[in-house]
Amino acid sequence: MSDAPGHLLIVDDNKVNRLLLSRSVELLGHQASVAENGRVAMEMLSGQPFDLLLLDIEMPEMDGFQVLEAVKSDTELRDLPVIVTSSVEGLDNVVRCIELGAEDYLPKPVNKTLLSARVSSGLEKKRLRDEQKRLLERFATTEVAQDLQESGFAIGGKRANASVLFCDIRGFTTLSENLAPEDTIDLLNTFYTLMFEAVTSNGGIVSLMLGDGLMALFGVPQPLTNSAQSAVAAGHEMHNMIEMLNLERRAEEKSDLKIGIGIATGEVVAGYAGTDNRATYTCIGSTVNLAARLEAETQKTGSRMLIDQETFDLLEGADVLQTFGGTRIKGFSDPIDIHAL
Amino acid sequence: MTDSPIDHEIFMELKDATGEEFAAELVNTFLDEAPSMIGELKAAANEADADRYRRAAHSIKSNANTFGATALAELARKVEQGELPEAGDLTDAAALETALATAATALRSLIDV
Repeated sequence: MSDAPGHLLIVDDNKVNRLLLSRSVELLGHQASVAENGRVAMEMLSGQPFDLLLLDIEMPEMDGFQVLEAVKSDTELRDLPVIVTSSVEGLDNVVRCIELGAEDYLPKPVNKTLLSARVSSGLEKKRLRDEQKRLLERFATTEVAQDLQESGFAIGGKRANASVLFCDIRGFTTLSENLAPEDTIDLLNTFYTLMFEAVTSNGGIVSLMLGDGLMALFGVPQPLTNSAQSAVAAGHEMHNMIEMLNLERRAEEKSDLKIGIGIATGEVVAGYAGTDNRATYTCIGSTVNLAARLEAETQKTGSRMLIDQETFDLLEGADVLQTFGGTRIKGFSDPIDIHAL
Repeated sequence: MTDSPIDHEIFMELKDATGEEFAAELVNTFLDEAPSMIGELKAAANEADADRYRRAAHSIKSNANTFGATALAELARKVEQGELPEAGDLTDAAALETALATAATALRSLIDV
């Protein structure tokens, strides 16, 4: 089990109980802080992170039930495991704690073996929840990550309207041939950092990374007021960021990086695909294929960004540089109109 | 069961679990705090404040259990669960105060070794 030390907050209005619980927790190798009532505890929780809460019920000002309610309704705090330590009379009070979201209930005086086991398991839960959050945040914004955690990780799909963006570094293979392997990875890391920032700051998520390119989704899983507008804004931001990177690269006498972007909007099937152990949030449908084709098409037309008609229709006052009417796109039987931004 | 106000087995467990020095410190903290807990109980009885009355008895019960002061704990539990007395009725509070004094003497002798 988890032997990593944790930082616990002990909430109890009784000084003897606070001292005894602190001592017990410290003897288990953990760090303990104390609060003498619920109000003080909530202030401390908002000021610094804790790994576990040991909570008394009978307290003046703000009792344990109120603290449980406040913690579990706070998106920042609700993953914090709470162990209620109390000598309240009546099973109904214990049941109420569990219903309010407490992990466990330990009657006072607290048995040290039980305390050790419950604290270990509580800290392990916290560690797993943190880990899950970190993994999620690697490909999504904090808001999207929270949204995903709330809706659960059901494998399954739904139909939704979304904008799909593909972005790729031009001629990266040639570029990397002249680079040391560590420089290649370094350059990719810089590229991904910048591109992720552009995507997430516009409400999208990066759903795939493909060598020197990526696929980003706007409008799923989180609905956006105008997914096309957000995707195009992200595309412009990507180009701006690459231009800034190129200024640095020129100062170091390195060649310019060039990217191409394709955006398409329409119905997609989005959801978790994979197995129970390994799943990824992804999107399929002809909108995805079209976005990928448009990105490839930028090489032919020499455009920075190509968008389809549906994306264009949703834009408010876009500067179209050129419209390629009736373009034949591989995999699409009818010729379509595409626009370069 | 013994007639001692302190269940020695429970008190020894506390000492073993937390260390002799810490247990003595904890007893002293309790002895320092106890008069104000009785004071709180009396004040609540005078004001007929049911929540405050219950909470004060609850605190005494909780600490008494920690040190193995079983008779004191049992009495405090009865007060905690019982009805709030008439305003100004200090019968329960006085009984608890006596039980506390007995437990305190016994606890002092246990840490003065």
